[in-house]
Amino acid sequence: MEIKGEIYRISGPVVTALNINARMYDVVKVGDEGLMGEVIGIKGEKTIIQVYEDTSGVKPGEPVIDTGMPLSVELGPGLLESIYDGIQRPLPVLKEKMGDFIQRGVSASGLDHNKQWEFKPVVKKGDKLKGGEIIGTVQETGNILHRILLPPNVSGVVDEINEGTFTVDDVIGRLSDGTELKLMHYWPVRHPRPVKNKLRPTIPLITGQRIFDGLFPLAKGGTAAIPGPFGSGKTVMQQQLAKWSDAEIVVYIGCGERGNEMADVLNEFPELEDPKTGRPLMERTVLIANTSNMPVAAREASVYTGITIAEYYRDMGYDVSLMADSTSRWAEAMREISSRLEEMPGEEGYPAYLAAKLAEFYERAGRAKTLCEDEGSVTVIGAVSPPGGDFSEPVTQNTLRIVKVFWALDAKLAQRRHFPAINWLTSYSLYGRTLDEWYNENISTEWTKLRSDTMNLLQREAELQDIVQLVGSDALPDDQQLTLEIARMVREYFLQQNAYHDVDSYCPMINQYKMLKAILTWGEKAVLALESGASVTNIVALESRDMLAKVRFEKDIDAVLDTVMKKADEEFAAQTQQR
Amino acid sequence: MAKEYKTIGEIAGPLIFVEKTEPVGYNELVNITLADGSVKRGQVLDTSKDIVVVQVFEGTGGLNKDSGVRFTGETIKLPVSSELLGRILSGSGEPLDGGPRIVPEDRWEITGAAINPYSRKPPEEFIQTGISTIDGMNTLVRGQKLPIFSGSGLPHNEIALQIARQAKVLGAEEEFAVVFAAMGITSEEAQHFMYDFERTGALERAVVFTNLADDPAVERLITPRLALTAAEYLAYECEMHVLVILTDMTNYCEALRQMGAAREEVPGRRGYPGYMYTDLASLYERAGVIKGRKGSVTQFSILSMPGDDITHPIPDLSGYITEGQIVISRELHMKGIYPPINVLPSLSRLMNSGIGPGRTREDHKAVSDQLYAGYAEGLDLRGLVAIVGKEALSERDRKFLEFADLFEDRFVRQGMEEDRDIETTLDLGWELLATLSEAQLTRIDNKYIEKYHPAHRNKNKKTVEASTE
Ligand SMILES: Nc1ncnc2c1ncn2[C@@H]1O[C@H](COP(=O)(O)OP(=O)(O)O)[C@@H](O)[C@H]1O
Ligand SMILES: [Mg+2]
Repeated sequence: MEIKGEIYRISGPVVTALNINARMYDVVKVGDEGLMGEVIGIKGEKTIIQVYEDTSGVKPGEPVIDTGMPLSVELGPGLLESIYDGIQRPLPVLKEKMGDFIQRGVSASGLDHNKQWEFKPVVKKGDKLKGGEIIGTVQETGNILHRILLPPNVSGVVDEINEGTFTVDDVIGRLSDGTELKLMHYWPVRHPRPVKNKLRPTIPLITGQRIFDGLFPLAKGGTAAIPGPFGSGKTVMQQQLAKWSDAEIVVYIGCGERGNEMADVLNEFPELEDPKTGRPLMERTVLIANTSNMPVAAREASVYTGITIAEYYRDMGYDVSLMADSTSRWAEAMREISSRLEEMPGEEGYPAYLAAKLAEFYERAGRAKTLCEDEGSVTVIGAVSPPGGDFSEPVTQNTLRIVKVFWALDAKLAQRRHFPAINWLTSYSLYGRTLDEWYNENISTEWTKLRSDTMNLLQREAELQDIVQLVGSDALPDDQQLTLEIARMVREYFLQQNAYHDVDSYCPMINQYKMLKAILTWGEKAVLALESGASVTNIVALESRDMLAKVRFEKDIDAVLDTVMKKADEEFAAQTQQR
Repeated sequence: MAKEYKTIGEIAGPLIFVEKTEPVGYNELVNITLADGSVKRGQVLDTSKDIVVVQVFEGTGGLNKDSGVRFTGETIKLPVSSELLGRILSGSGEPLDGGPRIVPEDRWEITGAAINPYSRKPPEEFIQTGISTIDGMNTLVRGQKLPIFSGSGLPHNEIALQIARQAKVLGAEEEFAVVFAAMGITSEEAQHFMYDFERTGALERAVVFTNLADDPAVERLITPRLALTAAEYLAYECEMHVLVILTDMTNYCEALRQMGAAREEVPGRRGYPGYMYTDLASLYERAGVIKGRKGSVTQFSILSMPGDDITHPIPDLSGYITEGQIVISRELHMKGIYPPINVLPSLSRLMNSGIGPGRTREDHKAVSDQLYAGYAEGLDLRGLVAIVGKEALSERDRKFLEFADLFEDRFVRQGMEEDRDIETTLDLGWELLATLSEAQLTRIDNKYIEKYHPAHRNKNKKTVEASTE
């Protein structure tokens, strides 16, 4: 039954209503146009609502209707390849209904309710099912099989199940208690979807980005933050992860950021191939775009919409990765709403519950045994946009308390076009150890040593740089000068990676290993040569060194590396013979 | 005619609090009649059954509790027409040029609706500004929002004017229409712009909105919205390519801060409202290109960084929204270099889609990256030399040091009327890079070195000529 109240006050996206008896987080329809809103506070007889659309022109006295339903998303086939706003309205549908500019008062459901899907059951009459079990499959895109799940809160015995072509509204079967089975179900976005139990993250998410995979790896089901000032590369790195990481499903949330960036993704993803399957990247992707100029309450909701969709695919047994660009804009949306509510502000005007909300969100990441006894994961990577690039601000600090990987972007590196501008001295990954076993088995038993040698070299470089700042590089002894040169090679030939270069953009894990090994081996040879009397100037001028610089632009590196290392041997031999 | 209320209960700064009204819509336009018969305009900021809060654009000077308040029942609109071109209007859209009232072809809401991201076409058409540091290293494209971050006393106006004069899309005939919005700048500065527009004949294809330093600060909150509405009309209805110059965004933000203080809001960082990011986004995001439509809106706004501090909330929040920034350097200016653009903190985020084969030249990205790396390294060494002296540098380092000087003197520096085409800019870049040893050019693919490096170029010339014949 619908309860009708009326508007008392409108202040931007926050509307106060009288005479409705709604529950917290119920969806309500506000005003004559029925704008969508959500109950976010109840004070005496006043109900406080955040409205997901522009409230211009709405007047006190207009009606408010409680739908009695919490804010939910539609989960079923057709999510992939979609682009949604923060409350799961498909942007192409909004365009069709209201043109190139987003007007208000238009509702649109998340899934296409007319589209027919080929459903193949995997259960039969008499089967006893628990919540979250698979009842059948639909081929959703070229490569993704959509497992139709019984909603987590439903269980029973199958009374009827049909194979055939259905829309998401059609009844595909029944349980013995009469519950209708469909291809889709609803789930409230603010409630984490349940799993059987969480598992330790022991498998790396391979990203094809050398500084990530090589030095600061992320695990499938792990959490990472990319903080950095504007222009340091948050978005490019998030997009690189969305393109190249070896997740099976990608949920990309443009939360309060630029419209053109989303247009760019929409343009590019259908053209790019998933390196693992060769299928267009878009086929594994769900986009959520609630840009900075779209309503701020819907921005607040966008991360919940995104993570719920991610959990849904995890529940089918997929490895999902979710990028949120930027979580700071989400936090700011909370702040804007909170200040309209005249709540007591915490640090820098953010609501006191900021830390709790961030923790709840990242807690929804993880590798898990699903209700259907499969394994799936949700990896969460959040960009953080600290004001003035100052990492001591509340969003960065509260995020760092939760996430396990910290990829610190550095304006100074970005300014000199060292990309990715990840600071190798301040970044860290707490997954290193847990993942070592995987690297030993799948890449090489040398890998962990290579990594720690590289880190040591870079540390040593930083120490030497401090001295150089005081006395100049010429004053350093030869062996230290050589150390600096080898470290430079690691930085320029390995850590730098151009996202816009066809080949360099994605570097397979095995190539990363080979490249790093080649550089460090060259370095060892150089040290030997120096010891046998060669000069730093001559070593640095060797052609094999320049050749190493360009390896990252080569597709087939085996042959190239072979030539380079042969050349290196010849050159070093010549160097030492000269003496 | 809407009902008139004489129930102002309180006046505080630019705000009035009106009591006992019939239901009033959020964001409605309000007309307030003073005792002398003059009318001020305002907008509803907060509305409830008991009290309505209105911000008054022309300021509350002269208002009292007897002033008559009329709620118009609609949000603020700009009368739009192609006749806007060539006109000079006030910061609230009234003609200042003595010309006739604008006969509207339509009336558009000035808040502007968000472009559906799905309708956006990624901007990719290279705009040649003729300025090397921009074209070569921070390329502007049609539909981009690229502000100038400057400081007081720096030549940002000259640069903006030079861009407005020289900007062109190669191979396209149409000239840009210019929408110029002044917010809180001095009348002298405004004159400077007007003079140049007239001198070059740009005024005919320009619309000017002026809110000067002595005009009410609250009016600044609507001036850029009027300008952008005019720009959108010209772009999307009249199919023009529009260049919008908003200056000075800092004054806009100060007005926003004043309003927040008047409303006794909890301030965010350094006293600026917590919603300043969202508010600025509602302006900057109104740049773009829409699929299937001919026109476009490109934004080139100017903001002065208080205390030359790029981390100040105004440049900081702007930089988080705009598609890059052109940063003016006081140091280069003091050295007598025009345009004193510091490329290191400057950025064009859309550069990559606007350059390359078929747009500018295949080697563009690599040259730009290498110039960046070289200049950055040279500047570091300059810092080092100050401490340890030139003698402590290696031969390699000395080359980089010289490179930085050359770069500033030859690449950055150019005349106010000097219009370099992109080929000239890139070739100049190569000429400078050729002073470094080839082995140092690690950002550049060998194939480009072989084709464009001056040392190889002469060698290649004959073969190229032969093959094109
Ligand atoms: N990995 C990369 N390779 C090449 N260029 C990059 C890379 N990362 C960042 N950039 C450059 O830096 C610019 C800003 O990056 P972006 O991700 O938009 O910054 P942020 O989101 O932190 O503001 C990009 O437009 C691009 O030119
Ligand atoms: Mg970004």
